Amino acid sequence: MKGTYLGEFEEVVLLAVAIRTGDAYGATVVDEIEQQMGRTVSLGSVHTALHRLQEKGLVKSEFGGVTGERGGRSKRLYIVTMPGRRALEDIRQIRNQMWETIPEMAWS
Amino acid sequence: MKQTQRNRPIPPVWATLLLRLLCDAYLINELEDDLNQLFEQRVKSVGLRKARLRYIHDVLSLMRPSLLKVKSNSYPNLGYTGMLKNYIKIAFRNLAKNRTYSAINIFGLSVGMTTAILIGLWVWDEVSYNKSHQHYDRIARVMQHQTYNGVTNTTLATPLPMRAALQNEHANDFTYIASSSWTRDYVLSFGDKKISRKGNCVEPDFPLMFSLKMLRGTANSLASPTSALLSESVARALFGDDDPIDKIIRVDNKRHFKVAGVYEDLPNSTEFRDVSFLLPWHFFLEEEAWVKRSETNWGNNSFLLLVQIAPNTSFEQVNGKIANIKARHAKEEARFNPKAFLHPMSRWHLYSEWENGRPVRGRIQYVWLFGVIGAFVLLLACINFMNLATARSQKRAKEVGVRKVVGSRQSQLITQFFCESVLMAAIAFILAFSLVQILLPLFNRLADKQIVFPWYNVQGWLLGVGFTLVTGLLAGSYPALYLSGFRPISVLKGTLRAGRFAALPRQTLVVFQFTVSVTLVIGTLVVLRQIRHAKDRPVGFDRSGLLSVAINTDDLQNNADALFQDLRQSGLVMHVSKSSSPTTEVWSSDASFSWPGKDPGQLGDLGTVGVTHGYGKTVGWQLKRGRDFSPGFSTDHHGMVINESAAKFMGLKDAVGKRVDWNSEHYTIIGVISDVITGSPFMPIQPTVFMLKEDWASFIHIRLNPALNSRQAVGRLEGIFKKHNPGSPFEYKFASLEYDLKFSAEERIGTLSALFSSLAIFISCLGLFGLTLFLAEQRQKEIGIRKVLGASIISIWSMLSRDFVVLTAISCLIAIPIAFIIMRDWLEQYTYRTTLSWSIFAAAILGALVVTLITVSFQAMKASLLNPVKTLHDN
Repeated sequence: MKGTYLGEFEEVVLLAVAIRTGDAYGATVVDEIEQQMGRTVSLGSVHTALHRLQEKGLVKSEFGGVTGERGGRSKRLYIVTMPGRRALEDIRQIRNQMWETIPEMAWS
Repeated sequence: MKQTQRNRPIPPVWATLLLRLLCDAYLINELEDDLNQLFEQRVKSVGLRKARLRYIHDVLSLMRPSLLKVKSNSYPNLGYTGMLKNYIKIAFRNLAKNRTYSAINIFGLSVGMTTAILIGLWVWDEVSYNKSHQHYDRIARVMQHQTYNGVTNTTLATPLPMRAALQNEHANDFTYIASSSWTRDYVLSFGDKKISRKGNCVEPDFPLMFSLKMLRGTANSLASPTSALLSESVARALFGDDDPIDKIIRVDNKRHFKVAGVYEDLPNSTEFRDVSFLLPWHFFLEEEAWVKRSETNWGNNSFLLLVQIAPNTSFEQVNGKIANIKARHAKEEARFNPKAFLHPMSRWHLYSEWENGRPVRGRIQYVWLFGVIGAFVLLLACINFMNLATARSQKRAKEVGVRKVVGSRQSQLITQFFCESVLMAAIAFILAFSLVQILLPLFNRLADKQIVFPWYNVQGWLLGVGFTLVTGLLAGSYPALYLSGFRPISVLKGTLRAGRFAALPRQTLVVFQFTVSVTLVIGTLVVLRQIRHAKDRPVGFDRSGLLSVAINTDDLQNNADALFQDLRQSGLVMHVSKSSSPTTEVWSSDASFSWPGKDPGQLGDLGTVGVTHGYGKTVGWQLKRGRDFSPGFSTDHHGMVINESAAKFMGLKDAVGKRVDWNSEHYTIIGVISDVITGSPFMPIQPTVFMLKEDWASFIHIRLNPALNSRQAVGRLEGIFKKHNPGSPFEYKFASLEYDLKFSAEERIGTLSALFSSLAIFISCLGLFGLTLFLAEQRQKEIGIRKVLGASIISIWSMLSRDFVVLTAISCLIAIPIAFIIMRDWLEQYTYRTTLSWSIFAAAILGALVVTLITVSFQAMKASLLNPVKTLHDN
């Protein structure tokens, strides 16, 4: 894996952003992770991860999504960038590769 | 809908507040929205209690540095430097808009700063005086207190046997002990070159004690009776670029010395600044018979004794041991209760006067005096600066209102006002700094100093910059902290009014300024009056056209008769004679005179001057009674002429013809002359006797022919002297110049205090000028309406001036008692002193009022002459 290193939690957050594309912000990402993984995560750690991902250029943010829910305020929506997508694919590919090289006897 | 909203579950309020307090402003909305959304979801899914707990947990989880200080580039926020640039731009525009104000303000402050810097340099120089020697903190002068006629005198001259006694009995307490002769002029010659320089005869320890920096040769070579050490400048003057070592020089045309070393010139700020070469003590001992005789005489207090104490002891300890050394050794001296003590070198310069055995005054009082004056002048300038800045800023209330409406925060306004005032102070500092560079040479001349600007003194720079910042911040604090708090609505509607007492602080400051100025002016007037008073004192002899030549060579000594013959024949001189002291001083005194009716307890301590025939005519003294010495009376060799003070001291009503015993010889008083000022013109006259003592002579006095131009006459005298005294340059001193030197210390104080008080007045007036300018502008409309309604120019003028005149009058009332007390104390130190007359105070008050009126009137008249149509026109 070359380029920027992606931590486990960052990977999860990045995946969650990808899942909620078009509606990815702090609360929805927390919600998504909690539902998918069945564990509680704090808003702080999610925001930290989002900021770090943004610094690394794996996500970008833009304002949008005015809803009545938030008193008509726009919110910052996160979108996975091309490098972000590539990073996810890399990880997945490496994982797959590794899976495939596990010998049968390992499970016996 | 409302109902549901009220019953809506609420997350913990404190957590929300905590978030708002600690998080970056632009993030708060986003985070809060996230928190609320999650909270609402969780209330539904896990219940209120858990949702609240999770909320708190989330808030706490957000308290991490990466979130607290996140910088956003998407939020419109000019960088701080950008805003600062804007403040500075606005500040410069403001300065340029009000040129007069800015000029007055900045110039006033920089004058104050200049004064403070100059005085600071002077004080620094005084305080560090004598401290350039490496061991200055262990070097001391042996001095002694002695009590005569109930008065304790303190002298720095000690008897010569003291040196041997210290060496024999307390050798362990001293690292070095060195006797020294007093500094005097010697004629040095090498080949054809002859120069006259000041030097000392010292013992071998002297160069080591003062750690002279040797450029050539060795410092401890004065043990040899034929070696001499020269300062670099003397070596250069005698030998140019040649190597001086081992060259032979002649001193006073009689003795030869080999140059054993060259040392770096001593700095200007040391006691021995005049000493430009050192001769062996041995020379002094051999050359002067009286010195040799004094080696065992505890009664002759005539020598300078310097010591460096050992590292393991202190001045106090040594003082305790040596106090009674003289009384122990010389029983006959014990009746004067002599007490020897060490005067540390670090205190020589500043603490040098004693009264009844206790240190009093000395130069330290001037250090304090000027230090305080400097601080006050600076304070005045700062007050001015603040006064004007505050007065100005009231005009800017509207600006504050508009800025606030447009969205300026209070912190931004505060920064802006501080920026402006600090900028002004900084400009003033730079100006002051340049002024100091320009004025320093002048100031050095005025104060008799060689101060170099301390470019590399970090502390000094820090102090200057720090001070500038503090002044700027203080001056800006009123507008910054007070104006910025205005509510924009009331400012813009014009309903904001300054309170009744808004002007009170400003008035107090004006009173303070004028109090200081008036006090300084009174002080200056008293000093100048005291100098005038002493100058008007009858001198007792005629100074004009009287000059003296020191007899410092054998040629002059031996050829005196032939020289006098030639002088008289030349027609250049009216009279010529010799004496043992200069005309303006008495160099020796003796305590063993007795006369009929003398109180046995009284000490017969009289100044003694040896003269030759014609001395009286030469100096032009005035006979009160009896007659002058005359060659016609052979008995005059045991005759005496005394001054009036001596007659009073002896208690003789009719002194002429009385017998005086001295040194087991009988003398008869033949004349009484009116007092001649020989010491300080501020002090009582020393009782003095004059005797015919040809062999004491050390000066030739010449009264020039008044019909001749004195410069030409001196030129021709030189030829005659060269003929009879070929080995030495012709050096002479005019009595009038010598006499004027006696005033130099007082005159220097007079000049400096006149300078400082005029600066103080100037700064105060500048401030007053600015204030009136401002007030007149502020009341422009009022003045216009008054004029329309028929007020006369005079009434408007008096309306504007009255306040300030009252303030000045109050300051005068405060200043008078202060000045009175201070100046009474100052005058106490002079025996011959002027009175603190009312005229001085009246003059100062009148002056202050007149200056105030002139300053104020200029603006007041301008304001009252304005056409009311113009001032009332705009709305």
